Amino acid sequence: MSIQLLSGNEACALGALKAGVRFFAGYPITPSTEIAEMMSEELPKLGGIFIQMEDEIASICAMVGASAAGMKAMTATSGPGFSLMQEGIGYAIMTEVPCVIVNVQRGGPATGLPTKVAQADVMAARWGTHGDHPIVALAPWSVMESFTLTVKAIEISERLRLPVLILSDEIIGHMREVVSIPESVAIHERKKPTKSKDEYLHYHDETNFDAPFAHFGEGFRIHISGLTHRQDGFPTNDPKVIKWKMDRLRNKTDLNRDWLHFDEHLDLDAETVIVSYGSSARAALEAKNEFEKNGSKKIGFLRLITLWPFHYMKVAELLQNTKRVVVVEMNQGQMTREIARAVRRDVQVIDVNRYDGELITPAEVLEKL
Amino acid sequence: MNQEILDRLRMDDRFPHILCPGCGIGSAMNAMIRAIAESGLTNDDICIISGIGCSSRVPGYIDADTFHTLHGRAIPSATGVKLAHPDKEMIIIAGDGDLLAIGGNHFIHAARRNLDMTVILINNHNYGMTGGQYSPTTPQGKRAKTAPYGCVERAFDACEMGIGSGAVFVARSTTYHTPHLKGLIKQAMKKNGFALVEVISQCPTLYGRLNRMGDAVKMLEYFKENSITVSQVKEPKDAEGKIVIGVLHDIEAPEYYESYRKVCEHAQRR
Repeated sequence: MSIQLLSGNEACALGALKAGVRFFAGYPITPSTEIAEMMSEELPKLGGIFIQMEDEIASICAMVGASAAGMKAMTATSGPGFSLMQEGIGYAIMTEVPCVIVNVQRGGPATGLPTKVAQADVMAARWGTHGDHPIVALAPWSVMESFTLTVKAIEISERLRLPVLILSDEIIGHMREVVSIPESVAIHERKKPTKSKDEYLHYHDETNFDAPFAHFGEGFRIHISGLTHRQDGFPTNDPKVIKWKMDRLRNKTDLNRDWLHFDEHLDLDAETVIVSYGSSARAALEAKNEFEKNGSKKIGFLRLITLWPFHYMKVAELLQNTKRVVVVEMNQGQMTREIARAVRRDVQVIDVNRYDGELITPAEVLEKL
Repeated sequence: MNQEILDRLRMDDRFPHILCPGCGIGSAMNAMIRAIAESGLTNDDICIISGIGCSSRVPGYIDADTFHTLHGRAIPSATGVKLAHPDKEMIIIAGDGDLLAIGGNHFIHAARRNLDMTVILINNHNYGMTGGQYSPTTPQGKRAKTAPYGCVERAFDACEMGIGSGAVFVARSTTYHTPHLKGLIKQAMKKNGFALVEVISQCPTLYGRLNRMGDAVKMLEYFKENSITVSQVKEPKDAEGKIVIGVLHDIEAPEYYESYRKVCEHAQRR
């Protein structure tokens, strides 16, 4: 354990290094660049690979190539780069290559607001790449969580063979806090296939969780393609096989919703519950504490850590006694709609939004309580 | 075909291939496999990477680690594989639209970076998979499905582009000159750095038909009659209207991974 003063971006890079990431490909973009800078300094010391590519498309492709060749790999970006990475995210989903993409969110659309905060990529994270697909997205609210969730994201990605997104934001990325970083964390090692080259199927159905799989360079002569494919990786137009593949992808998150769901909650038996995530949850919690100073009435607090897959049943259960939900987020109401879909129809859903590049203040939340 | 070559293919259920009768991609693939075999490499020593398009279907037929990536993204994907397995030979097979249009930025930067890989560009002057639209190598005035009145744009010279971007080995051949092509691919694979081999190829189904160039045999005859070797070019006008074949560029420059390893050693000593 060591006590350190770190920014969220530095904690994220450190988490990745501790969890065994040895490949980073990226392209400079504010406010994520400190992650790439730290990787460029630390990875050579560990014999890992840091490479700055010509754009974010190249970055995600290089990362997917390295991961398919056996390395734990990560990249980091922000809004405009995240848009460019969408095709690669879809490719990693289709080919079932583990990788972690950190999106330190800034205001959009387009070039938007470099170095100003937003949480407006929540839906881009869910549906940014084309086609039906599963995705996992985690939102840290502190420097420490930037570390722990990066470690967790890598584990999830490796176990599910699925890209995992960290939806950080400019506040979390640039904020400094004193954190205690463990000397080491549990490193998830990929399982090697026990079958011979001739028997091995790259997308075998024996298990879809923690499944053994081969990499390039191990003698299995695998074929990896973004075309919809059979168990052996070769393209197909057979409707039955297409459905099998699409269900297989969906089941990665559908069958693991409980395992993938993380939240933090307080006083959920209160009439009014504030729901938030990421940096705006800090203002939301402050508002709860302020409100409770002035009277005996409690305010509930639910902080979503896992944004995707959104666990509708779990959120409905958590908010079952609630009469009013106040959703606090820095966008025009992206997660509010998901919350409204999860709660009873008689629950009043109020949103507190800010999308002017400024952090929501506790006072703005208090007004709605 | 001899058994040693057949053994390198996925003969079980990948054939017949999807290529049109008379397509030049099979000839280029043949030359590539023979070059791999004659270089003493087993199929476990190589990784074949492609993007999207007709030529990008080649990896699926070869019994090796094969990586069919996104349109234009073969080179950056190969960059990741190569850095994870520097001992493996990266062979990228790409079409003109894939490599020079959507993948053009990756191509020039990979050449500049000089990571060891061999790029085989099968240039048939149009987008075949989507039905014959004009590409960055369609000559000005030639017809394509999206250039029904003749192509307005000027064409890229892929080899000049490679040389200008820093490739250490650049060569050109055609699907008529397959033994020559095989030799160039062998040289390119042996080269430590970014190597480009351009193969001028026929697409009789689309580009050839749209430009009344005759069948595949006619197009191959055209390549035969209109090619000259590098050594035959005494002055620039000798090359006008000709396909210049042979090694166009061969220099020494530090290879990316070797340079990167030195950086690692330096960082570890500090």
